[in-house]
Amino acid sequence: MKPTLHTVWLVARRELRARVRTRAFLLGTLFMALLVLALPVVMSFAISSAGDDGSGPLTPSEETTRIGVTPSAAGLTGPLERDAGVDEPAIAVREVADTETGKTLVHEGELDGVVAGTPTAPKLFVEQHVFPHLERALTTITYNNQLDAEMSESGLEPEAVRDRAGQGEVAIISMGSSPDAAGEPMAGTPGAEKAQRLFIAMISTFLLYMFLIMTGQMIAQGVVEEKSSRVVEVLLSTIRSTELMAGKIVGIGLTGLIQLAVLGIVGLGAATGAAVLTLPTFTVAGLLGWAALWFLLGFTLYATMLAAASSLVSRQEDLQSVITPVIMLLIVPFVVGVSVLPNNPDGTVGTVLSMIPGFSPMLMPMRLALGGVPLWQGVLSVLLSLAASAVVLWLGGRIYSNAVLRTGARVRFKDALRAS
Amino acid sequence: MPEGALEIDRVSKRYGDVVALDEMSLTVHGGEMLGFVGSNGAGKTTTMRIALGVLAADSGEVRYDGAPVDRTTRSRIGYMPEERGLYPKMKVSEQLQYLGELHGLPRADAVRSANRWTERLGLAERREDQLQKLSLGNQQRVQLAAALVHDPSVLILDEPFSGLDPVAVEVMSTVLREMRDQGVPVVFSSHQLELVQRLCDRVGIVRRGSMVADGTVEELRSSGPTRLTVHAPEAPADWAEGLPGVTVESRENGRTALRLDDTADDQRVLRAALATGPVHEFSRERPSLTELFRDVVTEETDE
Repeated sequence: MKPTLHTVWLVARRELRARVRTRAFLLGTLFMALLVLALPVVMSFAISSAGDDGSGPLTPSEETTRIGVTPSAAGLTGPLERDAGVDEPAIAVREVADTETGKTLVHEGELDGVVAGTPTAPKLFVEQHVFPHLERALTTITYNNQLDAEMSESGLEPEAVRDRAGQGEVAIISMGSSPDAAGEPMAGTPGAEKAQRLFIAMISTFLLYMFLIMTGQMIAQGVVEEKSSRVVEVLLSTIRSTELMAGKIVGIGLTGLIQLAVLGIVGLGAATGAAVLTLPTFTVAGLLGWAALWFLLGFTLYATMLAAASSLVSRQEDLQSVITPVIMLLIVPFVVGVSVLPNNPDGTVGTVLSMIPGFSPMLMPMRLALGGVPLWQGVLSVLLSLAASAVVLWLGGRIYSNAVLRTGARVRFKDALRAS
Repeated sequence: MPEGALEIDRVSKRYGDVVALDEMSLTVHGGEMLGFVGSNGAGKTTTMRIALGVLAADSGEVRYDGAPVDRTTRSRIGYMPEERGLYPKMKVSEQLQYLGELHGLPRADAVRSANRWTERLGLAERREDQLQKLSLGNQQRVQLAAALVHDPSVLILDEPFSGLDPVAVEVMSTVLREMRDQGVPVVFSSHQLELVQRLCDRVGIVRRGSMVADGTVEELRSSGPTRLTVHAPEAPADWAEGLPGVTVESRENGRTALRLDDTADDQRVLRAALATGPVHEFSRERPSLTELFRDVVTEETDE
């Protein structure tokens, strides 16, 4: 008459309501959302310092710089239009009759500057503004022109010399990728994308870690609260202990997932809005999907262990001693994850650890975000994690059922496993 | 319209080497209230927990209406644990609704029933308060409402009266009587023996995990040892010594309190008393439940 699923849902709904409606939850989410909104700033710093694409500091894109060139300096027109840097304001060049005409136009604001003189010795007239990019371009062009002139005088052919000089190459060999790694190896991703992926990897791993710790604490405290207030006895007179445990885990898991989703959406919106995140939306959504899946897998594993461990004690004061070993199982993979993986995502240690249940919820999402994970490895680690969760659920359910009604002194782990 | 009886049939339970229950049996019929008494650690709470399925028995069976209690019948039981248990931070009404739903009530019925019981127990004003903001007495009333919210067919209450003020005791007694009158079997444990004597149709005395006495209050009182008070002012101190089956319990101002076992003959005691001179009083007293209980406890410590 009372289907198990319905009972589990009733318990989960209570957990969800009891938590989501508290002021602590609302304020906490708000606070974290503000933190996340500040992320794009952090991210642009992180990316510009990590990015090795030579773009330099991001200067705001100004209007096109308008330049007049006198007939005597006409040889500069082509190089000027061509050489303006990628991230710098474009340079529009037009011819002016003579220097005086050009100066007048600058006075009137029609032009930003006039270049007179010769291609090897140009003069730049400007009102007050300084245009560093213009100066740089002119200096480079003048330098090259001077060089060409000197080479011609010495009997060399400038074109041929340049061709030969251009043949020198820098060989770039990536040391990190294992020979069988397929997919999108990091070596091939341009600097900006690599930095973004690393950033997403770090952030999602950190968020996962934070949420697993936070929801884990909720589970532990919830179990002990029911035990210390003895409400568990009333509950177990009508529902099964496994239903109670499952409902608790589902309810608190949903609470965490809601918060995670809110923060994920806020963060993505902020990053996209501030144009720091330029990865394709599809890629980002995929990465977030993986992060959510791993949150669920990791949460099931850790929450079950924490519920079982917490059921051994009856008072909040005793809680720390029983949950510390479980929390360590969370901290160690996190530390390993952030210290080993970013430098060497496809190394043997990282690859093997990211498949092992317990390590995988921290390491695999990070590897996935960094890219270059073969599909079979992703699937295998999910399956292994599911298998481990099944074992932990079975054992944890047993310990919980045996220990949750025994109040007073801490129940010994061995007794909880054995006794009925 | 008497409903089915709750039967606990030779239930045993051990914790390692400790025997908690040894073939405990008791029956409560529909429309009957049973008081469950015994010293601490005698096995009352264990019996109740097993009846509720919160604990598993090593052997024996619990039946309701002739059939072994399963999950479905279990959700028809209203239970009040000895150590009160509700969520301290949950609102009273939500708490009761939640428990109603867990017991299988549809949401609307749970809401209605929670409202009805809070009204009935004088908690209507406190419905939207967190439980922890209520006084202890009011928290107990909420606990009772929690046992009643799903309109149970059986009531099992562990120490429902402990810590209640006299007004709350009256409210609790009235509600329990009403439930009994509706045909619900009611079992409760208590150390307040006068209350048990006043309220219960039957009493079960439990010692060391077994039922040692079970019957109506009248039956139990007449089955116990007889006490005589004899007022013979001129009798010497040792007038009653040597009478078979008679023990002198006290002697004061010419009044002697005697305890007679089954072999004693009260007429012989009367003749012995008259032989000493005038007898102003010769009265027979049946033991109160308290005295019966004390006897049980005394036997326990004798062993």
